[in-house]
Amino acid sequence: MPETTTIYPDYQFIQEIESYGPFGAEACFQCRKCTNGCPVAFAMDLLPDQIIRMALLGQRDTLLSCNSIWICIACETCTTRCPNKIKIAELMDGLKEMAIQAGIPCPQPQIRTLHETFLENVRKRGRVFELSFIRNYMFESGELRRKWNDGELSYDLKLGLKMAAKGRYLFRPSKIDGQEEIREMLAYAFAGKSKL
Amino acid sequence: MKVSYYPGCSLEGTAKDYAMSIQGICTRLNIQLDEIPDWNCCGATSAHSINHRASIELAGRNLNLATRPVRFGLPHADLLVPCPLCFNRLKTAALALEGDQKEHYRITLPDSVPQIWEIANFFAEDNMLRRVAKHVEHPLKNFKTVCYYGCMANRPPEVAEIADYENPMSLDRIMANIGATAIAWPFKTDCCGASQVLSRPETVTRLVGKLFTMAQQVGAQAIVVSCQMCQANLDMYQAKISADWGKHFNMPIYYFTELIGLAMGVPEAKKWLSGHIADPFTLLRELGL
Ligand code: SF4
Ligand code: SF4
Repeated sequence: MPETTTIYPDYQFIQEIESYGPFGAEACFQCRKCTNGCPVAFAMDLLPDQIIRMALLGQRDTLLSCNSIWICIACETCTTRCPNKIKIAELMDGLKEMAIQAGIPCPQPQIRTLHETFLENVRKRGRVFELSFIRNYMFESGELRRKWNDGELSYDLKLGLKMAAKGRYLFRPSKIDGQEEIREMLAYAFAGKSKL
Repeated sequence: MKVSYYPGCSLEGTAKDYAMSIQGICTRLNIQLDEIPDWNCCGATSAHSINHRASIELAGRNLNLATRPVRFGLPHADLLVPCPLCFNRLKTAALALEGDQKEHYRITLPDSVPQIWEIANFFAEDNMLRRVAKHVEHPLKNFKTVCYYGCMANRPPEVAEIADYENPMSLDRIMANIGATAIAWPFKTDCCGASQVLSRPETVTRLVGKLFTMAQQVGAQAIVVSCQMCQANLDMYQAKISADWGKHFNMPIYYFTELIGLAMGVPEAKKWLSGHIADPFTLLRELGL
């Protein structure tokens, strides 16, 4: 006997998702074109068409804790090809935002750390200073330790030295006059006010 | 000719070579790049991934700055953006801030914002092709390449406002214009893995390995790009990707602007190339360029 799961639909939940959009998810007729063109479908626990299906069925917990929304690279292939013009990639972003607001642990924590470290860097200076962003990310995400354990660090270190020798790094960050404006902008957006 | 210019953060750092090549060819072509004063980061993937409002407002601030008068003159009609992701985010912000929900954002755009150009599409316009053609001194004869466009310059078409998004031709046209041969191939707009080079490097190994395999199969000697993220992902890890795939990938990855510079005989072109990791010189020497 194949394993069966019982799903209790909640037809209201899609309205909540759509309030982050609109994304037009209700037009989906399950053709799977989105999934067929997705470059990272191989690593996803829910495929893009299944995300839309689950969204329509209101499977909140499944959606907000799946790894797919974090693994999506935002390449926009799905959104581009959907015959019903559903904004699938944008809906995935909405789900990430909802998952964070709901305090659901991220199944790919290093990806969330990457986004947060990046924006922290923007908040500080108004522009990203690559050297400090990458250093902070490597420490905070645990990637440094992982690479060390997996023996990948020496490739990266050699590459880093080569890049430095070739003058590819900016060693003094540039700062902008509008820094305060940026800080205020991000503070407001992250004070639970992102939703329009 | 004068245009506004939004370089974006990575062109100040790891993509300095791209920045120098753009400046170098624009000087030769008599195009003045007026950097948007006090521009900020567009928010990139991180902002749109976890905070929609931040993504629109960060990018929107730059659009507002781009509408201010430049050096006592009117603002320029065109805004040139070399990074396809910045381009995509600025376009998305422009659409959001001009759309039905514009009053929900805390940034208001004036009535006319400049036209936002992704740099390859800008240089593939007829007038620009003619302008470059007049300066070509060393056509890139026998140079066989594939053009790799990546995701953000063309997708989604409603944002990028591009008609040939499944088979873009801008870089192909630019290559033909400077005497190179652009080989047709099916992976022009397949993703390179972008920022997952930091968070899930195995994704990049898998996706870029596919690109190299196909590029070799169609007989390309090089890959031409217009995106610094694609350039980095294709250029920097060839040894590692070769090892993981059990193959030998060794392919120079050029910015199209570097090749325009070479064709126009801009003396600093060799200096721009020296920033690359995968050897860009051997092929050029073999072809007598
Ligand atoms: S491509 Fe569009 S209509 Fe088809 S399954 Fe995906 S979301 Fe549904
Ligand atoms: S945007 Fe995300 S879900 Fe859509 S095709 Fe690209 S990686 Fe897959």
